[in-house]
Amino acid sequence: MLEALKLLRSTAFRLSLVYLAVFAAFAGLLIAYLSWNTWVIFTQQLDSTIEAEVQGLAEQYRLGGVLRLVQVIDRRTRNPSSSLYLVQDPQGNRIAGNVASVPAATWEAEGLVRIRYTPFEESSGKTYEAVVRVFDLIGGFRLLVGRDVEERRHLQEIVWRATLLAVVLMIVLGVGGGYYVSRRILARIDAVAETSRTIMAGDLSQRVPLSGSGDEFDRLAESLNAMLDRIERLMHGLKEVSDNIAHDLKTPLTRLRGRVEAALRADPSEQGYREALEQTIEESDRLIAIFNALLMIARAEAGAAGVSFAPVDVAAVARDVVELYEPAAEEAGIGLVITGSEPVRVLGNRELIGQAIANLVDNALKHGSAGRAGIATDPDGSGGGCGAVRVSVTIADGKARIAVADSGPGIPEADRSRVVERFARLEASRSAPGAGLGLALVAAVARLHSGELAFSDGNPGLVATLALPLAPAGEAASGQGSPPVRG
Amino acid sequence: MKILLIEDDREAAQYLAKGLRESGHTVDLAADGDEGYDLAATGNYDVLIVDRMLPRRDGLSIITQLRAEHVSTPALILSALGEVDDRVKGLRAGGDDYLAKPYAFSELAARVEALGRRRGPSDAGTVLRVGDLELDRLAHRVQRAGVNIPVQPREFRLLEYLMRNAGQVVTRTMLLEHVWDYHFDPQTNVIDVHISRLRAKIDKGFDRPLLHTVRGAGYVIRDGED
Repeated sequence: MLEALKLLRSTAFRLSLVYLAVFAAFAGLLIAYLSWNTWVIFTQQLDSTIEAEVQGLAEQYRLGGVLRLVQVIDRRTRNPSSSLYLVQDPQGNRIAGNVASVPAATWEAEGLVRIRYTPFEESSGKTYEAVVRVFDLIGGFRLLVGRDVEERRHLQEIVWRATLLAVVLMIVLGVGGGYYVSRRILARIDAVAETSRTIMAGDLSQRVPLSGSGDEFDRLAESLNAMLDRIERLMHGLKEVSDNIAHDLKTPLTRLRGRVEAALRADPSEQGYREALEQTIEESDRLIAIFNALLMIARAEAGAAGVSFAPVDVAAVARDVVELYEPAAEEAGIGLVITGSEPVRVLGNRELIGQAIANLVDNALKHGSAGRAGIATDPDGSGGGCGAVRVSVTIADGKARIAVADSGPGIPEADRSRVVERFARLEASRSAPGAGLGLALVAAVARLHSGELAFSDGNPGLVATLALPLAPAGEAASGQGSPPVRG
Repeated sequence: MKILLIEDDREAAQYLAKGLRESGHTVDLAADGDEGYDLAATGNYDVLIVDRMLPRRDGLSIITQLRAEHVSTPALILSALGEVDDRVKGLRAGGDDYLAKPYAFSELAARVEALGRRRGPSDAGTVLRVGDLELDRLAHRVQRAGVNIPVQPREFRLLEYLMRNAGQVVTRTMLLEHVWDYHFDPQTNVIDVHISRLRAKIDKGFDRPLLHTVRGAGYVIRDGED
């Protein structure tokens, strides 16, 4: 009962019912039109046939009176497929014809009428259907001419019964087919609904089952599953971020609090407070920077939502970044060069790609310069490095490759996958500035652009390569020529 | 300057207003979107500071409506949403500048000053002057005391931006935004290095330095100490 109710409420079943009703109405109309039309044509034919016969008989009557008319009719009735004839004298007595009797009212009717008659030879008194017309002859005689339509009536009955059967069959098949189709569709939709309920209940690993036929429902299920994959990844990333925040931000926050408490405990000298406040601002700025980096990574990982993509010439972006860092590198005594001047176009976000390249260059300058791990490049230039950082932008295997090579100690093979994790810092660089988010951002940007970040040995040094898919041909690169925003 | 501050967070609004008053401005406060709009619509202000998320009415719609009514008071949007696309949205809505929370007061003050100046005769012709330093925007030439100083194209833009805002503090972020068109923060202090190179070119060998560092805020170019 419940099942039937559910079925009745399903769109597919309702649609098939509507379709069936429309179809039935159309078929009914068509049949009605056809039968009406044939009736009209038949009547016209009958009318003209009867008219012609009457003309002939009236001619005979004029030439030879009743006697001749009776003779002609007698002769005609001998033909088995003849028309129906009946002649009456002015007193209403039958004088000739192959019809025994007709209803009395027939004689008064005008034009063609449908009647039931008894044939002359028939003794059982059985009546048949006929279409007849009555004519008055001069002298009070009356002539009835008609055609037997019994056969036609019979045929009509057969056709009517067949039509009725067809309609009943159509309704049965239509309802049955609609039931079958909607059951099938309902089953697939129920599967999707069932899965989504399980997911809402908290099990994100559920997926909508596929039938394997590759039909619309499979395509829908595939899209839903892809969406679920993405959501699951995002949820996972979110959890990871909150874990990391809990883990790594508590340290600086504790330091911050400790410093303020210490200042409050100490002797109230203005100088002491001032210093503590300055340190507090510095520390909170660092925290803000970490939060910003985390937000940016989270946003890049959240995918294209809210991040606008446009054709970007990464070679131009890389040149820009190198130009920005050149003086700093020079002060630190590190050579910073870029090779590759051909435009290399990718579809992406200029800001994010710029930041990613800047992070790679920043990293190379910080960690890969003086041949000593973890020693930050001194901005004053007193650090005195001897290394070189080379940036190159090339196209290989259908991808734009931005490689940043340094001459530092590199990253041990075993640590390479770890450095892109949030807050990951190699032991050797714990003392260097930064929160360990730079490479995580680069990796997130790479993923957002369907690219990848890879590390390889530079012999000596480290080569970090950011590979991004090229923009589809025909997209004009905007490069750095048209800034999206003018603050 | 007369500034209207539309901000619902009482504490933030109080300390911002205090800071701005100490810098010599007159500040009116509005605590919600409707009140803010009513005050701003009078057109009596030099600069509007509008928080993006406000009770009753959000900041962007206030600015959009003001612009539709031809109130062109420069507006600085304050928002916790600081990504590039949020900025673009804010600027498209009719904002003139955008500052993401949390911000340093010095940054905000510098931006407000810059906005306030925008009202006056904005383009000071093709030649900018600070003391005996001259920058010819058409000829792309920098001279100090009549002596040609060769500068790189980027240094030229850096100096041009500083000179257009002569006498006012310009923050590192403002320089990154206007000269490099970057809306992110490079981790190392690369801007400082660019400034020190520029300083070496325009101030070295002259008795009066023009390019000054303002501690904790940014840079300012002006004639003479104060």
